[in-house]
Amino acid sequence: MSTQITLSGLQKSFGPKHVLRGVDLIAPAGQNTVIIGGSGTGKSVLLKCILGLVRPDAGEILLDSAAIGRDRDAFLARFGMLFQGGALFDSLSVWENVAFRLLRGKGKLNRSDARDVAVEKLRRVGLTAEVADQFPAELSGGMQKRVGLARAIAANPEIIFFDEPTTGLDPIMSGVINDLIREITAEIGATGMTITHDMTSVRAIADQVAMLHGGKVRWTGPAAEMDHCGDPYVEQFVTGSADGPIEAVR
Amino acid sequence: MAVLRYGQSFLAGIGAAVLGLCAATGALVLFAASAISHMVRPPFYPAEIGRQLLRIGWFSLPVVGLTTLFTGGALALQIFAGGARFNAEAVVPSIVAIGMVRELGPVLGGLMVAGRVSASIAAEIGTMRVTEQIDALSTLSTNPMKYLVVPRLIAAVIALPLLVLIGDIIGVMGGFMVGVGRLDFNAATYITTTVNFLTVQDVVSGLVKAAVFGFILALMGCYQGYNSQRGAQGVGRATTNAVVSASVLIFAANYILTEVFFTP
Repeated sequence: MSTQITLSGLQKSFGPKHVLRGVDLIAPAGQNTVIIGGSGTGKSVLLKCILGLVRPDAGEILLDSAAIGRDRDAFLARFGMLFQGGALFDSLSVWENVAFRLLRGKGKLNRSDARDVAVEKLRRVGLTAEVADQFPAELSGGMQKRVGLARAIAANPEIIFFDEPTTGLDPIMSGVINDLIREITAEIGATGMTITHDMTSVRAIADQVAMLHGGKVRWTGPAAEMDHCGDPYVEQFVTGSADGPIEAVR
Repeated sequence: MAVLRYGQSFLAGIGAAVLGLCAATGALVLFAASAISHMVRPPFYPAEIGRQLLRIGWFSLPVVGLTTLFTGGALALQIFAGGARFNAEAVVPSIVAIGMVRELGPVLGGLMVAGRVSASIAAEIGTMRVTEQIDALSTLSTNPMKYLVVPRLIAAVIALPLLVLIGDIIGVMGGFMVGVGRLDFNAATYITTTVNFLTVQDVVSGLVKAAVFGFILALMGCYQGYNSQRGAQGVGRATTNAVVSASVLIFAANYILTEVFFTP
């Protein structure tokens, strides 16, 4: 089952700094929407607003046309998230990280069953069972990203967020992570939302691309149209040119 | 005009400092109130409480034990030297006992654990904040207050009185060893005098102080870590602030509790 996310007039300011100035966006069910934009344009804030980690000042967030209810645990149970730095818990082993949600809350599994699910999810992201008993600090950056991905999909969520999934990885490992994101969201039928400024990731993952600039969604369209969309902001971002309407500090 | 301007900016500076202090105090009180409310509402994490008890209590035992042992010994020497001025050397066992149990045991124990544990809690939670592990907890339907803060507070409130009780005994033993070994007290008389002199209120007041100090030191570690700013510098500042604020608050709470328990 997948879920459509609808954002309408989302606003957020931090003191005098207006980060989101009325974001309108629809992330279609079962598709991968990639949000692009320069550093500091509010991409991460947007994801955190949807998850309730940051309270928006105004606007509406709808999941399948329904507003978010008061049961926050039930709401969050529909999400999985891969954090930029992995955000794995240092004090827990790899399998305990992956099975964190499965070991707690409603419908929790016993440790043996939870471990089996965790090992299966680790296998799905290309890691062996031997990794399960290691600690995050013993893993390379790429392996940590894979563990983070396994944790995000452990409870088969309806919606998965990916925050800069390839930051800090070499091109080959970036390609592996991009392919995994594409495959896994299709496999479990989840709605994916990725924020990145890595154009290789955008091309590998996206069904739909949205560009965030000046606190608003500047352009939305299919990934195939991104290169020739006629929007000078998008075209400058896609080509990585220093010349254009987006100011570059030199 | 210039004098007026200086006067205005001086008053504005004082006003800003007072407002800042009020805001910081308010934020701390709200954090403490939220933590206390989560202490009495499920879900609970007993395994986390057990882990923190081991960390805060068991691993602090050598530090507290050695501190109180040497303090008890030094106290005996000081009281003997001071008492000699009034021909009152015989008060050494009773003053060592009352000093350790009422005051030095809880305060030194609290300070040593604050140095060791508040810093460690602030660094751990601060690092979790800057590496988004606290956000990750939230997205995994786990309230960070319940999972990170409450177990540490409960563990500290339980562990500190136990540590101080053991510290009191070791401190009195330090005084006994110096009294008998260096100052020629009779061992049996020393112990009898100590036991007969102490009251239940002396011991209980020290243990209540310890529980309050435990709450303070864990609260300050959690609060500073939870509100840590970005980067290594932010975590470093949180660690320093945790130890300094916990130590000062322990001294302030010690005075207030002493007034409560012992004002005639």
